[in-house]
Amino acid sequence: MKILYFAWMREHTGCAAEQITLPENVKTVSELASYLGSLSAGHQTALRNLKTVRVAINRKYASLESPVRADDEVAFFPPVTGG
Amino acid sequence: MQVTVLVCEDDFDVGAETEALRGTGVGAIASFTGIVRDTDGTGPSQHLIALTLEHYPQMTETEITRIVAEAGERWPLAAVRVIHRVGRLAPQENIVFVGTASAHRDAAFESAAFIMDYLKTKAPFWKKEETQEGAHWVDARLSDDEALEKWKRR
Repeated sequence: MKILYFAWMREHTGCAAEQITLPENVKTVSELASYLGSLSAGHQTALRNLKTVRVAINRKYASLESPVRADDEVAFFPPVTGG
Repeated sequence: MQVTVLVCEDDFDVGAETEALRGTGVGAIASFTGIVRDTDGTGPSQHLIALTLEHYPQMTETEITRIVAEAGERWPLAAVRVIHRVGRLAPQENIVFVGTASAHRDAAFESAAFIMDYLKTKAPFWKKEETQEGAHWVDARLSDDEALEKWKRR
């Protein structure tokens, strides 16, 4: 599974993208975020407040309850500030 | 509806972009150009050195195209052009262009505002500001979310 981070979340995790093997007990975005948070102190900081985090699965907005699959591209990012 | 969506580092020519919206049946063209401000918004003393825009390639284009399609369902539009720049930009440089063309002015005005409001809250771009005191990520504004509400009520 490909995971992407943007803006300050990328700075905390120290990587823009990473390839992970989806653990069998991880079924939703929320569970995935908990798992990723355990990877490093930086990951934990980036994902500590999920209320302020936006998620996209395969480049479409998703929610914390959305199911995830091994071949998905999941992106975590802060609220957007373009325009 | 003729749609052009462009996300790139290069600057754009507002005049040329507006001209490109002319066409058969078009009686009104509305456009919005977003420009990098000189200050970071916390006060005139915080002089902005530069703004860096990061985005999520592919999803950005997909989201903007989706927003434009939604505008096309709400208003009778002949053409829409959206250009959003990424990378490092200096104060007074262009950031974003939204141009809409229709038979009448209401559709052109309203759809351009609609597209900008949605772009600001849905298109995956992030701004980082550099001032004399260092660099910081811009926080999302509640007023931008509130701007969306007015379109939902209609």
